Amino acid sequence: MGKKQILSRLLQMLIVLIGISIITFLLTYLSPGDPVRNMYLAQGLMPDEEQVAVLREEMGLNDPFLAQYFRWLGNCLHGDFGTSFALQKPVVTLLAARLWPTLKLALMSMVLMLIVAVPLGVLSAVYQDKPIDYIVRAITFFGVSIPNFWVGLLLILVFCVQLRLLPVVSSGGTFKDMILPAATLAVAMSAKYTRQVRTAVLEELHSDYVTGARARGVPEWKILWGNVFPNSLLPLITMLGLSVGSLLGGTSVVEVIFSYPGMGNLAVSAITSYDYYLIQGYVLWVAVIYMVINLLVDISYNYVDPRMRLRR
Amino acid sequence: MRMEKKRFIQKYPVFVLFAVLALLIVLMAVFAPQIAGDVSPIKGSLKESIKPPSAEHPFGTDKMGRDIFVRVLYGARTSLSSTFILVGVVFVIGTFLGILAGYFGGWVDAVIMRLADMMIAFPGLVLAIAVAGILGASTKNAIIAIAVVTWPKYARLARSLVMKIRHTDFVAAAMVTGSKTPYMLWKYMLPNTITTLVITAATDIGGMMMELAALSFLGFGAQPPNPEWGSMLNEGRNFMQSAPWLMIYPGLAIFVTVVVFNMLGDGLRDILDPRTNEGR
Repeated sequence: MGKKQILSRLLQMLIVLIGISIITFLLTYLSPGDPVRNMYLAQGLMPDEEQVAVLREEMGLNDPFLAQYFRWLGNCLHGDFGTSFALQKPVVTLLAARLWPTLKLALMSMVLMLIVAVPLGVLSAVYQDKPIDYIVRAITFFGVSIPNFWVGLLLILVFCVQLRLLPVVSSGGTFKDMILPAATLAVAMSAKYTRQVRTAVLEELHSDYVTGARARGVPEWKILWGNVFPNSLLPLITMLGLSVGSLLGGTSVVEVIFSYPGMGNLAVSAITSYDYYLIQGYVLWVAVIYMVINLLVDISYNYVDPRMRLRR
Repeated sequence: MRMEKKRFIQKYPVFVLFAVLALLIVLMAVFAPQIAGDVSPIKGSLKESIKPPSAEHPFGTDKMGRDIFVRVLYGARTSLSSTFILVGVVFVIGTFLGILAGYFGGWVDAVIMRLADMMIAFPGLVLAIAVAGILGASTKNAIIAIAVVTWPKYARLARSLVMKIRHTDFVAAAMVTGSKTPYMLWKYMLPNTITTLVITAATDIGGMMMELAALSFLGFGAQPPNPEWGSMLNEGRNFMQSAPWLMIYPGLAIFVTVVVFNMLGDGLRDILDPRTNEGR
């Protein structure tokens, strides 16, 4: 990326960041319940009307919208995302403790997905319209149609209840605990990705330089791994960046199923206890992580595709 | 007429097969009370609690002695109707805003598309979970939550399709001859976007059904005791060891329905849009 591109990209990011912060703030501002009342309820106390009124004033909930928003934004920029009502701890501390387990889980499922999807996709493309291609396509079709929470439950049923190989509750966050959650997340993603790999490789296989190389007698494996595969990487990296989004959403469901100690699990329990600041913090953090990852993907184009470097 | 029908089936056998299957699923949902007879999906008898599948209860019974087959049947009503409403809402709102953005350009375009960008900046289900959770758990709020995060996809698509024809000669000619704006939108812009958007909507049905079920599974959608596949799976989760059928059949119902609607969507795409061919 040239200097100009980087600058305009940063400006875009800033606009999107402001948007993200407004939407996140609106989430709780527009919520039908009264945060103070819910705060009491979350602690199992009956709210007393007078106390509620005093606390509302103290927390600035009676101030105009913009004043509330800018105060909240200012606090966020100083790393203060509020205190969780239900858990009585700063939101930053809570989320920070759960961040790495969630990223670890996402990363592991992605590695697992690549191990499955890349060979299957390439195989399916090379043997286009042969039996093996049909089998792979049928598998990917079922893979995208199966809800991931059901996959998770079935895996628990088979590996934990029937075979007793793995723990039902993955609350430790160890490698063994991560196997099933990561496998669950990988199923739907692998199916989608296998299709993408297949399409990308097919596209390259049909291009003129492949015909030329074949005519010159270059061995087929050399064409495939030396030219076709590297060339089809670019669309795959874009896909990878985008799938991080659905992955981060998907982790919450899977984390709940396996009682995995990640951010999504924390957020779902926060919602059940009307823990507004924690929900806000979660949504904001995940959106920012997602944005940063997509930026990294864009930057990585430079290294993968030499044409991008020439295009200054 | 008869000849044409026959040709259509011969030409698109897969599409016809899955159209029939989809119709069958819809009919099962519509006629659930007739199929179930006088068995209630909500009231069970505790004497029949946690029975494995048998001739009397083909899918077994749950802790409260309710017949799982009947609950799955009634659950189809909730799942299908909420999915169709969701797809309809997203389709109408997204298309409308996208056409406006593409046709008018300028600040209308800027406002709508920046709003869309912001929504897309959130990873899908994350914002949906937060919205559903904060609005309160109900089927209606789950639909709103997913609609909020999905409309930008349709808006972007509609906008790009409108932009393609916005500056063509026939549009200019229509404007010169004095066509009013609503007429232009309705007669020229909409017909040019509709095919692609219908295909997108049709292929999205399965995915949206899974997202709604995921919200219900987390407890943010349909509420018990009303039967819904996602929430039934959540109830069944606690009986994994003693009664695995509680989570097998509702999950199977989602899976089969999603497969059928995905195949139907793909088939529709192949018929309406000959440019995309399945092989590539």
